[in-house]
Amino acid sequence: MKLTIQVNEGPYQHQASDSAYHFTKAALEKGHEVFRVFFYHDGVNNGTRLTTPPQDDRNIVARWSELAEQHDLDLVICVAAAQRRGIVDDGEAERNGKDATNIAPGFRISGLGQLIEGGIQSDRLVVFGD
Amino acid sequence: MSILHIVNKSPYERNSVERAVEYLRDGDRLLLIEDAVYAVIRGGKAASLIDGRNAAVLGPDLAARGIAEEKMIDGIEVVDYAGFVDLVEACDKTQSWL
Repeated sequence: MKLTIQVNEGPYQHQASDSAYHFTKAALEKGHEVFRVFFYHDGVNNGTRLTTPPQDDRNIVARWSELAEQHDLDLVICVAAAQRRGIVDDGEAERNGKDATNIAPGFRISGLGQLIEGGIQSDRLVVFGD
Repeated sequence: MSILHIVNKSPYERNSVERAVEYLRDGDRLLLIEDAVYAVIRGGKAASLIDGRNAAVLGPDLAARGIAEEKMIDGIEVVDYAGFVDLVEACDKTQSWL
């Protein structure tokens, strides 16, 4: 089965990002293909490398990055939601005249078309949020 | 065309469990995750909403809230995340009641 996962909620808010992570990991372990994970609305906050949670707490952002590296996942952050919330990669920094970037490894910023494509290309779209 | 209805809010906080149950058709499944797992507690006002509806509940979210399986009403399937994936595969599409 080919899956696209949509995450609408930021880390450490309620539970959606945790649920999405554990679901994605379980699907990969069962041999399913994850076509894309799309971060939308406050979900874009899952993609900032500047978070520093306490050492005895889970690092939600790093956990996504590690999963992406292990499984070559496509973690896509919605550009319009990212601009509103200050999630910046090199291209966005240049385009909008920002003096820094904060995007975490394994994530990329792109448009809503990537979500639509995920829905079309995948057998199932599973949404996590509040 | 079967649908997996995924609910994540407590029935004592929002009405999404109730709404999802109203939309269940033959062959559809209901999966309770996150705070929606509170619906399975025997004697709770919300238990009647899901009783006899072939509902599934996410075991790790039950455990995180200290809800032992003997406190659940009968007829609820407890699944882990792998079982969650299996339910997604078994149904034709998913609907998250956010």
